[in-house]
Order: sequence, then C-alpha cells, then structure tokens
Amino acid sequence: MEYILLIISAIFVNNVILSRFLGLCPFFGVSKQVGTAAGMGGAVVFVMTIATIVTYLLQKYILVSFHIEYMQTITFILVIAALVQLVEIILKKVSPSLYQALGIYLPLITTNCAVLGIAILAVGTDGFGLIKSTLFAASSAMGFALALVIFAGLREHLDLADVPKGMKGVPIAFITAGLLALAFMGFSGIA
Amino acid sequence: MSKFKIFTKGFFAENAVFVMLLGLCPTLGTTTSAINGLGMGLATTFVLVMSNAVVSLVKRQIPDQVRIPSFIVIIASFVTIVELLMQAYVPELYDVLGIFIPLIVVNCIILGRAEAFASKNNVFDSILDGLGMGLGFAMALTILGSVREILGSGSIFNITIYKGDGALVFVLAPGAFIVLGYLIALINRLTKKA
Repeated sequence: MEYILLIISAIFVNNVILSRFLGLCPFFGVSKQVGTAAGMGGAVVFVMTIATIVTYLLQKYILVSFHIEYMQTITFILVIAALVQLVEIILKKVSPSLYQALGIYLPLITTNCAVLGIAILAVGTDGFGLIKSTLFAASSAMGFALALVIFAGLREHLDLADVPKGMKGVPIAFITAGLLALAFMGFSGIA
Repeated sequence: MSKFKIFTKGFFAENAVFVMLLGLCPTLGTTTSAINGLGMGLATTFVLVMSNAVVSLVKRQIPDQVRIPSFIVIIASFVTIVELLMQAYVPELYDVLGIFIPLIVVNCIILGRAEAFASKNNVFDSILDGLGMGLGFAMALTILGSVREILGSGSIFNITIYKGDGALVFVLAPGAFIVLGYLIALINRLTKKA
C-alpha cells in the first residue's frame, strides 16, 4: 500500500512538471507533436531511473561515508552528464532500435533539470531506501511523460483553434499549461 | 557593442525570461512572492557574474573539446558557495527556495552566457554581461512574484495592500503558468511583435 501511494503521489499529486516545476524546458520545447513528446518521455523515464539509482549509491557510499556532502551538486551534475553519454553509447551497441527511437532526445536530457532535481529530492527525503528512491524516480518520470504527452495533444489542437492574435504561440501555451496544472490539482485529495 | 548596451540588453531586448524563455523552472517555481523571486534572482545573478568572470579568465587554457564540462564544474562550484552562504545567513529564504538553489547549476541562462559570451569576450565585458543578464532575470522574477503575491495574498513584499483572502490559485502552481502567459502576451503587445 505504501508503495502504491508513493507511485500515485509521484505521478499525479506531486507531478514533476505541473506541481514541482521541474523540466519545463523540454515541456515547452518538445511538446508540439504527440510523437516527439512520447519519445522524450520514454528517454526521460529511462535516464531518470538510472540516474537516481547511481546518485543514490554515490551519496550513500561515497559522499556520506567521507563526510563530503557539500560536494553533492558538483558530483551529481557531472555523474548525470557522464551517465547520459554512457547510456547513449551502450544503447547504440546493445539496442539500435531503441537508440533510434530515443536517439536525438538523449543529449537534451543532460540539461533537463528534472533529472538532477529528482535525484536530489530522492537522496534528501528521509526514509527513502534504494527501492523507494528507484520507485520514486521511475514514477516521477512517468508523471513527466504523462504531462508532456497530454500537453502535446492539447497543443496540436491549439494550432487549429482561433486564438486572439496577441496570445498566439507562447502565451496561450502557458495558459493551457496553467489549466492543465489546475486539473492535476484535483488529484491532491487522493494522497 | 558599447559597454552600456552590453549591460542593458539583459533587461529588455534579450530578457532571459520574457524574451528568450530561458530558466523557466526557477522562474515559475520560486515566484510565490516578490521577495522569494528577488532572492532567487539575486542568487542566480551572483553565480552568473562569477562564472562569467572565471570562464572569461580561463577561456584560453580550456581545450575546445572539454569546454562544456569545464564550464559546468566552474558553475557548480559557485552554486555550492551560494548554497552554503544562503544556508548560513538567510536560512528562511534557503528553506523556501529549497531544491531550486542546487538547480541553479542547470539553469540554461548561466551555461548559455558562458558559452555565448564569456568564452569570447574579455573579463570586464563578461562581468557586465553577467550583471545585466542576472539583474534582468531578477527583475523578471520580482515582477512575476509581485503580481502573484498581489493577486494571491493581497500584499507585496509582505506589505498588505488589501484585506481579505486573495485568489489562492495564483500562489499555487496553475497561477504561475497563467500569470507568466499573460505577462509575455503583454510584453509582446508592448514591443509590437503581435
């Protein structure tokens, strides 16, 4: 039950984009088509989960045991940047089809603050062991993918809508995102 | 480009938030009130000025292939300094801004200025550019924070403007998106882009 609550709360209640405000650049950048949004979402699920596992182990066995917790920011960002490169290289060899699908989105993820943000949140939350941290990262990433795909669907329809001239493009996208966040607030009663 | 123009372009012509749409996460996440927005903006300005200065000083020593990781290490060092300083001297603000302080390191404005400006210009110009861009960012965050605070809690910089409850939604997540959407529409209108 505890785990189910953790998953639901990470996907819906504390949605990484709409309630935590992490990963907004890809949210507005790659949300013009549902297809690309789904590709980006998949890549983020993959990287965020691995990054959180690696940074969790790093925090527990290196930073804490040597009492250098203040090095967290520097270590995590370098590890994530290296990890993204590594994932890209491995994926290219092991699963060319998955690499083809995620390919162009992988490098973009280094600058996705949601990955670093969730890694920091996971190690910073009391009582999160490795399993809970992994679950938290995976479901947060799924929340990211969900919000991204829904938003892309909305934006595809917006292209056809009759939007006032001054609101075209970015402004209406922000207001749509606001309404979407409002809808997600409805989930806050669950947890 | 004149020194004056290097400094002022960050406020209007190339404002990071309203025009370039960079650094959106802290922009939306920390502007629940004017003072929080200003605090975040100033913390970012500090990191931006210092990293611009250092990048500009060491630009000839860094091989081209590893410049991005080097820039990130420089930026992350200053973020750590800011983090420790804020924890020591402004603990309340540190608690409110929370995760967004370490996340300054992935703020695209800072890496963007290091790559686009500081790695090509001298130290003085780079500091000026960092200061202008940073204060422009702080200005945008303060404006957004003020609007949200006025509408949401009826005050500005904790000074009460009207009594009673504001529309709470503006302090919560949806309000951030909606207010920024309207502000960008307004700025597009004023600059005659729409």
